Amino acid sequence: MRDPKTDATEPLLRSNLLTRRFGGLTAVNGVTLGFHVGEVHAVIGTNGAGKSTLINMLSGEMPATSGSIHFDGHDITDWPQPQRARAGLGRSYQRTTIFPEFSVLENCRLCAQAALPRAWAVWESAQHCEASLATAREALERAGLSDDAQRSAGTLSHGGKRQLEIAMCLATKPRVLLLDEPLAGMGAEETERMLALLGALKQNHAVLLVEHDMDAVFRIADRITVMVNGEVIASDAPAAIRANRDVQTAYLGEGH
Amino acid sequence: MRPWIVPVIAALLLAALPAVLTPYTQDLVVKIAIYAVFALSLELLVGAAGLVSLGHAAFLGIGAYVTVMATGDGGAASALWLLPAAMGAAALYAIFVGALSLRTKGVYFIMVTLAFAQMAYFVFHDTKLGGGSDGIFLYSKPVIQFGKTVLLDLDRKADLYYTVLAALVGTYALLALINRSRFGHALAGIRVNEQRMRAAGFATYGYKLAAFVIAGALAGLAGFLLAVKDGAVNPELLSWHESGAVLLMIILGGIGSLRGAVIGAVAFTLLKELYQSEALLGPLAAHWQLTLGLTIIAFVALLPKGLIGLKARLSGGAHA
Repeated sequence: MRDPKTDATEPLLRSNLLTRRFGGLTAVNGVTLGFHVGEVHAVIGTNGAGKSTLINMLSGEMPATSGSIHFDGHDITDWPQPQRARAGLGRSYQRTTIFPEFSVLENCRLCAQAALPRAWAVWESAQHCEASLATAREALERAGLSDDAQRSAGTLSHGGKRQLEIAMCLATKPRVLLLDEPLAGMGAEETERMLALLGALKQNHAVLLVEHDMDAVFRIADRITVMVNGEVIASDAPAAIRANRDVQTAYLGEGH
Repeated sequence: MRPWIVPVIAALLLAALPAVLTPYTQDLVVKIAIYAVFALSLELLVGAAGLVSLGHAAFLGIGAYVTVMATGDGGAASALWLLPAAMGAAALYAIFVGALSLRTKGVYFIMVTLAFAQMAYFVFHDTKLGGGSDGIFLYSKPVIQFGKTVLLDLDRKADLYYTVLAALVGTYALLALINRSRFGHALAGIRVNEQRMRAAGFATYGYKLAAFVIAGALAGLAGFLLAVKDGAVNPELLSWHESGAVLLMIILGGIGSLRGAVIGAVAFTLLKELYQSEALLGPLAAHWQLTLGLTIIAFVALLPKGLIGLKARLSGGAHA
């Protein structure tokens, strides 16, 4: 038996000097970070600090200008997004991106279908595809949406849609979760439920959490990285971040 | 009620119809059924995958031209290889056009598909390849024959009628299967939010290209049937008028529904037939494009969901 602690020292997802420029603007500048299974790794920073650009590069939605990305021993810098997704990089979006006219279950089933073989078997009915249905039901169960499975996704509450966003991500059976502001616009009760879910998910996922709700971040995160103007100014345990003078002046404000 | 009941009853009625039809009406039904196949093929792109193509007539025209040109002067060709050749040629051009045009989106996709269709149009219009702007005749209609036994002779009206009906039923059934399959559900997801589908792990380009090629091949089937029915082809088959007309058919019938595509083809062809009729409309028949256009504008304004939305609208109105 190998000690899980030593395994955890090798990050599942790692960025190396990752940089993205838009014309003259450097949105992300030389970011080197590791994301471990068993950790909620929060990335915080003001608007425009480069957090979403970082997620977009890690998930493959946007190519990096320079630097590299490594996942589970592979250099995935040049992999297109669908390939990364099938390999186990799941992401959620800041703006809800569910399929509103489909049922809640179909939203998840569709995501679960991506990894299945024989997509071209047109004589097989999608609604009876047991493999994707089972995965979808499991994802809905985890996200607490089982009772709403047959509802049209567009009729869910805002919080429900955010939960569905996570469930759709889980339905792709990811190993890394890249979550872009999952708590945005959520009520207190919904936030609690989401935090409990993230706490459970980190057991067997590496979680990158971009979030503006600082109370939530300091409660749930095992590691916090602070970005300012595209650069990492600190990356440490929450207590150390709270005490960090650079972070206080640059981001948290003098009041903290 | 099971969703296939209405289409099956419609197909059975169509199968029984020749007994009571005049030759003119039977010819009209054949024409409508061919356009229904064509409209269904575009419905897979526009309705299922959300890809609005304004160059779909290119595949119809290529299917038609290959049917005539591959027959040549050597007497009747066997439909067993002529039909696959016509559909295959259309599919090949669809691979080429799709591979390039599917790298663009929205209005750019519309323009690129239009450009490729115009390119094909001018190849047939301005070169001697297919008889130039006059087109060419198909002197011998395809047959299926084993030894001395003729199983199918598309020169016979009845054989043509049932072949066209079989093509319509087959196309409809194939698209219905696709829509309920995982492939069809993936296309629907791409239509709603392609980026989300990529994030879930779908290599969306391949799905869209597959839909584009299937749609092209089915348009080639319609082209084969049209060439056989008319006994001639000309470059107008590939013109953007034709691409626009088939788009209007599915808009008229209701985008996103196979039945809508068929109803749209019926309505469009009948309206065109009506407005072109000098016996009914006298000198106004010369201006059929104006009357047809105004009618379609009125339809689209009153029924934004197409004729297929009429039922819901009527029953909804009854409740109000």
